[in-house]
Amino acid sequence: MKKKDINEIEKQMKLANEGLPEKERALFSDARPSSVAPLNKYLEGFLNWARSRSMWMLAFGTGCGATELRPLMTSRFDMSRFGIAPRPTPRQAAIFVVGGYASIKTIKRIVRSYEEMQGPKYVIALGSCTINGGMYYDSYYTINRLDYYIPVDIYIAGCMPRPEALIAGFNRLKEKIRAGECEGMNKYTDNFDWYKKNQKQIIKDWNMPDYNW
Amino acid sequence: MEQILNRIKDKIEIKISTKKRDDLYFFTVEKEQIEFILSYLKEQENFTHLAFMQAVDYLEDGKFQLTYMLYNYKIHINLGVNVLIDRKKAEMFSMHKLWPHIWQYQREIHELFGINFPGSPRVNESFVLEGWEEIPPMRRDFDTLEYSEKTFYQRPGRSTNDPKEYMKEKMYKNYADTPTIRREK
Amino acid sequence: MNRMSENKYKGFEADRSKYPEMKDGKPVIDLESHKYTKIWQGPQHPGVTGNMALELIIDGDEVVDTKTRVGYLHRAFEKLMERRRYIQCFPIVCRICVPEPDTNEYCVSAAMEDLSGIVVPEKAQWLRTLNLEMSRVGSFLMWLGGQAGSIGMGAIGQWTVGMRDFWLDLFEEMTGGRVYHMYMIPGGVRKDLPDGFKDRARDLIIRTRKLLVNIENTFFNNIIVKSRLKGLGIITPEMVDEYGIVGPNARASGRECDIRINNPYVKYGELDIKMITSNGCDAYARAELRYQELLQSLDLVSQILDKIPEKGEIQAKLPNVLHWKIPAGQTYVKAESTRGEHGFYMVSDGSEFPRRVFARGASYTHAISLLEKLAVNISISDTAALMVSLHTCPPEIER
Repeated sequence: MKKKDINEIEKQMKLANEGLPEKERALFSDARPSSVAPLNKYLEGFLNWARSRSMWMLAFGTGCGATELRPLMTSRFDMSRFGIAPRPTPRQAAIFVVGGYASIKTIKRIVRSYEEMQGPKYVIALGSCTINGGMYYDSYYTINRLDYYIPVDIYIAGCMPRPEALIAGFNRLKEKIRAGECEGMNKYTDNFDWYKKNQKQIIKDWNMPDYNW
Repeated sequence: MEQILNRIKDKIEIKISTKKRDDLYFFTVEKEQIEFILSYLKEQENFTHLAFMQAVDYLEDGKFQLTYMLYNYKIHINLGVNVLIDRKKAEMFSMHKLWPHIWQYQREIHELFGINFPGSPRVNESFVLEGWEEIPPMRRDFDTLEYSEKTFYQRPGRSTNDPKEYMKEKMYKNYADTPTIRREK
Repeated sequence: MNRMSENKYKGFEADRSKYPEMKDGKPVIDLESHKYTKIWQGPQHPGVTGNMALELIIDGDEVVDTKTRVGYLHRAFEKLMERRRYIQCFPIVCRICVPEPDTNEYCVSAAMEDLSGIVVPEKAQWLRTLNLEMSRVGSFLMWLGGQAGSIGMGAIGQWTVGMRDFWLDLFEEMTGGRVYHMYMIPGGVRKDLPDGFKDRARDLIIRTRKLLVNIENTFFNNIIVKSRLKGLGIITPEMVDEYGIVGPNARASGRECDIRINNPYVKYGELDIKMITSNGCDAYARAELRYQELLQSLDLVSQILDKIPEKGEIQAKLPNVLHWKIPAGQTYVKAESTRGEHGFYMVSDGSEFPRRVFARGASYTHAISLLEKLAVNISISDTAALMVSLHTCPPEIER
């Protein structure tokens, strides 16, 4: 293969980062995320077991569903029993709980926080409004389907879901993680361009890098 | 309260004044008089608390109605001052010298209704919308359902029943339809 | 109550002498000089403050300038209500404020009744009063946990949010919903009280009072709490009108403003209720005042339980709600939420759809212009405590 072609391919593999100003482009990575293949069967099984036992959740209450996370964290429902703990930063978290409706301004922060989380990462979406828009289906500022913007592993329906429903959802996610069915992160990287297209369609002032490493 | 209204009527001409409840009055004034009447109410008549300021869009008449809701801590009465302004030349005086916190209402109305407030501080900053390219969304000629269907992906399977149509069909087919005021597109 | 002497106000005006230059009353901040750093606090939230971002400019760990950014929870309720029938409006309004949804329900129902001239039956009014006062208890309990959590005291949050859950259980018995109740419909309320409700409520009041004694000992008599909160975020009495401050924030600065007493609505006029004010003006005084109001609310709930009539209509006769047209007019209905004056301005044009509904939340001025002023010159670690002490609730700012 000629050297020129390799350069061309390499250029296609890079992200354009067109939203950033010219002088800031050098400050951000332009590498594409790639999917991670599972290790051998036994090692992956062990890792999945370990992942399902330490579900650390990003404490970013994006909507009214967050109000039921507070009883869940405190003494009555006490989610620490299930190995769930809130973490303050995306870097330390493995689970993103999207608490209900996401306005356009929030979905930008959701995408950013989701990309900053380190893999493997899982998304739980609360409430009817993340499934099909719920009672805000005709609002000009809230999205209707969350799974067009980030991959979702578990939906918990209701407006708003009760803490018991949340615990059931977390337990279902735990089972799915142990069975190795939660491939949301790989889905995101495989269909990266499709997700980006959807995101950029609603986020009009895209002023961040294309992938927030 | 009647005395206050009489005192105001001595000073300026009030177009419409209504008593809604014992503690709620409304009156309408001309656009040019608003600066005088608000400062008079604040300084002389103790209407010191501005509860809110909002706009109503009357698309058919080509007018915006602005409402300043004042409150008097001494006699515990709310007073709403309405002003009608032209929709085509949507511009209003900024009142930030009387109440410093009014700039946020003016910023909101500027963003959601597109009414200009020359001289108001930080009026051009974004409030809730980010990267908005359509017409100001609270105007009545903006159709939110159409925009939502165009922009966001609908999950198939959602059905909406207009309750009135449904009831008419199921329960009383012979009910004579009352003429309703349809909202314009 | 903590009394603050007059001369302690002096020197409150932000000391800007060490900042480079002032232009039009604002400091000019050159981020390129590396003397100042810009950081964002939020929209991930530290306590009960909700999704709101503060754009802080700091010098060392001292806040030099701040701007509030809201809009993360904008759902365009007012636009949605314009294309819904009157009866369809009532289930969506309670979503405007999550910790205390009942004030919204009351205001929007009362506005519709006011415009169409419907008189609510006696018993329904008592049930509404009970519901409103219980929601105040729940909201205050959550706030106490947030204020303690914002200065790093997690235990209080565990206690109060746990206790609030038992209040939510009462709500569930009464209305069927845990967080969103959709209880007050135009013309009355949806359901009567279930059997044995009053006994369980009285029992819960006693339990809550026991917990509050513990909280007084651990929180209000705590030397760290005092040293963190005293002198933080002073609201002078002159600022109350200037910034449109309402509710406990204004009452802690000596202003007598309580809508339950000044303009009694539902049945508050028949209850024994006292105006609680304080002259402390700072965050500690506000916390103490809210604690006193929480005790008062518990007292009011037991008063209401004694006074609710056993029998009576709970629902006035409405016209067929699917063709319900409300005569043209405008009205403003307000109620006292835990944050202050919460009101709905409703304009009808005689059709089946409201022309305009506007929700006036108390946080509107507290969280934006007031917070931007108070946050200057405090330490960055105190911003969360300051935000919580103003009891901001972003959903009612952006709706």
